[in-house]
Amino acid sequence: MLNRIGGKYDVIVVGGGPGGMGAALGARDSGAERVLILDREPEAGGILLQCIHSGFGLHYFKEELTGPEYAERFLEKAIQYDVDLATNSYVSGIAIDSNGTKQVRIMNEQRGLFTVDTKSVVLSMGCRERTRGSIRIPGTRPSGVLTAGLAQKLVNLEGYLPGKRVAILGSGDIGLIMARRLTLEGCEVVGVFEIMPYSNGLTRNVVQCLDDFGIPLHLSTMVAYIYGRDRVEKITVAPVDKDLKPDMRRARDVTCDTLLLSIGLIPENELSQSLGIHLDVITGGPRVSSTLETSMRGVFACGNVLHVHDLVDFVTQESVLAGQFAAEWSRGILRPMDNIRLVPGDNVHYCLPHTLSPEREHTIYMRCKQALKPCRIRVGNLIEKKLRFVVPAEMIMFKIKPDLLEKFHGDTLRIDLVPDAQGETNG
Amino acid sequence: MYDVAIIGGGVIGCSIARELSRYRLSTAVVEQCAEVGFGTTKTNSGIIHAGHHSSPETLKGKLVVRGNELYDQLHSELNFGFSRIGELVVAQDEMEIPVLERLKRNGHKKGVPGLEIWDQNRLQREEPNLSHRLVAALYAPSAGVINPYEFAFALIENAMENGVELMVQSPVIKIKAKDGGFVLNTPDRKIAARIIVNCAGLFADKIAQLVGLRDFAIQPRKGEEYMLDKRLQGLVRRLIFPVPRKHTKGILIIPTFNGTIMVGPTAQETADRYDVSTTYEGSEQVFNSIKNICPSITAQDTITEFAGLRAVSDTDDFIIGPTKVNGFINVAGIQSPGLTAAPAIAEYVRDLLQDLGLVLEEKDDFKPYVPGPSRFANLSLKEQERLIAQNPLFGKVVCRCELVTEAEIHSAIDHGARTLDGIKFRSRAGMGRCQGGFCTTRCMHLLAERLGRPFHEITKRGGDSWMVTEMAAVRNPRAKRSK
Repeated sequence: MLNRIGGKYDVIVVGGGPGGMGAALGARDSGAERVLILDREPEAGGILLQCIHSGFGLHYFKEELTGPEYAERFLEKAIQYDVDLATNSYVSGIAIDSNGTKQVRIMNEQRGLFTVDTKSVVLSMGCRERTRGSIRIPGTRPSGVLTAGLAQKLVNLEGYLPGKRVAILGSGDIGLIMARRLTLEGCEVVGVFEIMPYSNGLTRNVVQCLDDFGIPLHLSTMVAYIYGRDRVEKITVAPVDKDLKPDMRRARDVTCDTLLLSIGLIPENELSQSLGIHLDVITGGPRVSSTLETSMRGVFACGNVLHVHDLVDFVTQESVLAGQFAAEWSRGILRPMDNIRLVPGDNVHYCLPHTLSPEREHTIYMRCKQALKPCRIRVGNLIEKKLRFVVPAEMIMFKIKPDLLEKFHGDTLRIDLVPDAQGETNG
Repeated sequence: MYDVAIIGGGVIGCSIARELSRYRLSTAVVEQCAEVGFGTTKTNSGIIHAGHHSSPETLKGKLVVRGNELYDQLHSELNFGFSRIGELVVAQDEMEIPVLERLKRNGHKKGVPGLEIWDQNRLQREEPNLSHRLVAALYAPSAGVINPYEFAFALIENAMENGVELMVQSPVIKIKAKDGGFVLNTPDRKIAARIIVNCAGLFADKIAQLVGLRDFAIQPRKGEEYMLDKRLQGLVRRLIFPVPRKHTKGILIIPTFNGTIMVGPTAQETADRYDVSTTYEGSEQVFNSIKNICPSITAQDTITEFAGLRAVSDTDDFIIGPTKVNGFINVAGIQSPGLTAAPAIAEYVRDLLQDLGLVLEEKDDFKPYVPGPSRFANLSLKEQERLIAQNPLFGKVVCRCELVTEAEIHSAIDHGARTLDGIKFRSRAGMGRCQGGFCTTRCMHLLAERLGRPFHEITKRGGDSWMVTEMAAVRNPRAKRSK
């Protein structure tokens, strides 16, 4: 495969996880002749490969798959579709020449450093986990403090356990999944501690991974101290007030040898930054137009590198679109420029894409800041819709039809999430 | 029987070992941790002081300037990272200016080169990101920065190349006098030596007690340091010191050798010789203090923090010399500027050993050089291509945050790394933004393969710092019942 790589591609996709595979297939479907996926790992599939639990594909395939199964479906399709795939291939930079051709610089053990030309690029490098350093937990620095994703890799891919008696800080989905996984492997999971008054994971994961196994979820609680010389020996946990400050009088110690961190994900945009692509400070991902194009012409972004999704099915949907737009770009089909800015309003943490065009249908992805139940979503004065509930852990997705936007004459469209007055009186 | 057993493989023990490796002697370094430099050295601020801080009347004052001078040659031989970036002591009001002048006179007496007092204009021009309220500064061009752990690794590697033996995970628990020398007991072995050099840092008083000496005590003094995000690189160009207080040089801004900015250290006495915890109070003290000097640094810029313990003696000076026990030499209480003084301490100890009757005969085959590690990330594209052509493993990225290749991990192991921290401190794999989230398992595999050890025996830093446990360990019904 490696030897075949050369000449000029229509679309090069950076990252072979679900986002990258979706984009590659979307690009082929939209007429891109030559498509190449580059992945730094020995196998494509991304983090799906370590997600051996089921629950993937319910939306996209209408059936329940494991992570590796979900990845395999796309890999098989990629082979059918004649997509080139290079693994163990690290993209160390992208240059753009005066004709707009992108030169992707690749590092690989067999071929060394080489560059491949392409008309367009889709960025889908995924995300990484936040670490202890980002929340500054006081105490010692023993072995046994690790991210939930690393623990998942150790258990599911390496066949080892990260510890025997495990506490989990943060209620992100990977932490919840690992609470169940470690319990099934015989570890004792002593509890999940979440600083916010609500879970950061999907409700279904709280039910299926904690409640079903009798693992306590302690909301509004933080880990205030880590003890242990060589290995974690215990932690101090303390309830927090509404300013998230710990109440040390009510602190207690929890004996454990392991502390898993599931405290959020950060899109991995070092490559995007090296290209000078503009990032959104809230999502941590590129600012994109309605064609998922970044501030660099012909460079598109999708999946968790753009914003962190809760379900891989939504990553696939978004990335198929990104692949289509990248293919159109490479074929010289130019869409009219967007002329409407989409901005977050009341209780909206972020919304994507950053700009819209009245020419076509749009899928809007957004998250709320605070839980509301029930509530209304307002998009300018174009849409007003009732929602049963919104929570920060669950992404909100809806479509805007082009006929609606044609009626809109402003240049800025604002999205608000407001309490539903009737709902409130109903209690 | 060894001629010399050095107890403690910190930067002092390693410096002495390397100095002694020039001579026809048999020398052993006996270290309690899994690798050298894993105690106080690893957490040192990495400053090579110009030397004007300490009084010329103290031993540390005498050794610091000589130590600083020796760094150029050491650096050219051992290829650890070293850069003379200079330092500024900044005065926050007019009242502090006389202190700058006193430090300058102090420095002149000791031969510190190039000292200058800068007025406010000059200071603002040279370091525009410092507070504009600062009124003056003392500039010392000869101050520099190193990565202290890299220095210790290079010293021991070179010492071993020249015949010194290193024994790790060997805490000395008993010392007996025997046949005009000593026998050191560790849990795994007995080591016979004519002379003992006690460089045990935080535990130097405990080691001295093993031969019945109780004339000094070590009082650990903790220092917390906060590493700031890479985007603050270049905020200051030089080491920035406030005007010193009685026990401490204060909270500093340290542009580390790799460019990352670090702030700290605190100075807090603690009774626990293992207490390397960071605290809320420490963080508040550091950032409150630093905002007067550089207002744009905030606690939110932290990417990671750590703490280390200074081995402060109750004499408040270095304790270096022979003792009532013939053949037992103390090199204790080596607090700041111990790193700077280390090369001079090594010379000083060498002369002491000669006074004790040790015959120092220079080897004619002494090899002074250690090649530095190849840092792929810092090379030009051309050089990177050349390296991959020579060794394809340079084309295989292990740590994506710091761009560390598999060839560099192999090299780290071949040059002595035995633990994940050993790999991290030699190659920078795991030091970046994801803090090892992606490369930990790969590094563990490489260690296991290259050392021929099972995966689950790989540790973070030796001792009880295990990383994983076998699945069978928790499936064991007895293990379950015991919980």
